[in-house]
Amino acid sequence: MNQPLLRTPLYDLHIELGARMVPFAGYDMPVQYPAGVMAEHLHTRAKAGLFDVSHMGQVRIRPKSGRNTDAARALETLVPADIVALRPGRQRYALFTTPDGGISDDLMVANMGEWLLLVVNAACKQADFAHVHAALAQTCTVEMLDGRALMALQGPAAEAALASLNPRAAGMRFMDVVEMELAGVACIISRSGYTGEDGYEIGMASGDALTVARALLACPDVAPAGLGARDSLRLEAGLCLYGSDIDLTTTPVEAALEWSIQKSRKPGGVRAGGYPGAAIVADQLADGTTRRRVGLRAEGRAPVRGGTDLFADEAGAQPVGRVTSGAFGPSAGGPVAMGYVAADHAGVGTRLFAAVRGRLLPVQVSALPFVAPTFKR
Amino acid sequence: MTVYYTKEHEWLRVEGDVAVVGITAHAANELGELVFAEARDPGTTVEQGDSVAVVESVKAASDIYAPVTGDVLAFNDALTDDAALVNRDPEGEGWIVRMTVADAAQLEGLLDHATYIALVG
Repeated sequence: MNQPLLRTPLYDLHIELGARMVPFAGYDMPVQYPAGVMAEHLHTRAKAGLFDVSHMGQVRIRPKSGRNTDAARALETLVPADIVALRPGRQRYALFTTPDGGISDDLMVANMGEWLLLVVNAACKQADFAHVHAALAQTCTVEMLDGRALMALQGPAAEAALASLNPRAAGMRFMDVVEMELAGVACIISRSGYTGEDGYEIGMASGDALTVARALLACPDVAPAGLGARDSLRLEAGLCLYGSDIDLTTTPVEAALEWSIQKSRKPGGVRAGGYPGAAIVADQLADGTTRRRVGLRAEGRAPVRGGTDLFADEAGAQPVGRVTSGAFGPSAGGPVAMGYVAADHAGVGTRLFAAVRGRLLPVQVSALPFVAPTFKR
Repeated sequence: MTVYYTKEHEWLRVEGDVAVVGITAHAANELGELVFAEARDPGTTVEQGDSVAVVESVKAASDIYAPVTGDVLAFNDALTDDAALVNRDPEGEGWIVRMTVADAAQLEGLLDHATYIALVG
């Protein structure tokens, strides 16, 4: 494991901004800037944070027939989301499922008119590419877009900042995807993100990333934010982190992600099933599951971290689950967490006990998200 | 009164057989803004190197190791509602625990200020 860490096209900018760099999914990434995780988190909720997410994978699927519906139909053999009905210029959240109903990654799928754009997790991108290529190569040209960068501009001031570079940004709705120029650079922009805030994700050729980043950072309300703030923001927003909150052992229904399976793909729908593990997922949609992903709020001040065991009783005799992500939520004003608990203990308001450093601390099953989203629908 | 430091970025201010323990400005800066702190209960005997307290940032929990063997006397209650006091005044009001020094000989293995500063550059 002595492979040198990869760098994004914004590496030099991170160093210039004083970032603390950490290894993440094989990349040397900024975990925080001098302002710190707390300040970057709060700034993103109050104004706008700029995140470098160029480590994420971008995959282009181009139908050999020239008809994008063919690419959509092909991709539907791998994901339970409705891709056929996804209109040009729109994006949707999806899951790669496994034959036993697990999740091998979560991703965004955008209909670019003549092709599909997938954005996948950095740690999974090689495996995802191989998976898609193996399944779709007959009907589609599948390419990893290695030469592209991606950044996220998130927060209530994101619209004004981006509109100052291109007024068209203001007219976009949540999950719209538009090709437009920023600072003379051709970009693919979606109105989406991973913070629960209104905002945009902006892709461009790697060589142009610095131009766009500098133009955005020159906006008065925009400040850089690192992976640390990204994690606490997404946790408050109730969004899953692949590898922690969802993985090969969790199903879409256990993970409370059935909203990402549209009616057309559910039993009785016009294109029901047809993705790996569909029969298992169908059974779980009908009958429920023995465990469920829930939000958890600690009653005290001590953060309850990922890996913490949960019990039904203060004595710790009856284990009911485990925390998968936990942090102090700067905007929630206290510890917030997610985890899997037995279905009969998953109701909002259920009191559970978390084993933290040998003590059992009371936590409550809580509705997700912890912080109300501000998407521009 | 003498102040000692550890390679684990703690300081301890020793008066007689009692030490006040905290983390250095360098450590506080590295950890980022703290949101929670707690210590072992008063009366608990800790061995040198045992976890005597925990401080937590948004992202992570970090153990504070007992720089010497002794009994926990008190936790700095001001940190209960304001753990970030450690960031604002790490080597003063942001102390973390007060404990006894069971074996003064252990102090000889700790660092003085100049050595610690050289260590963290």
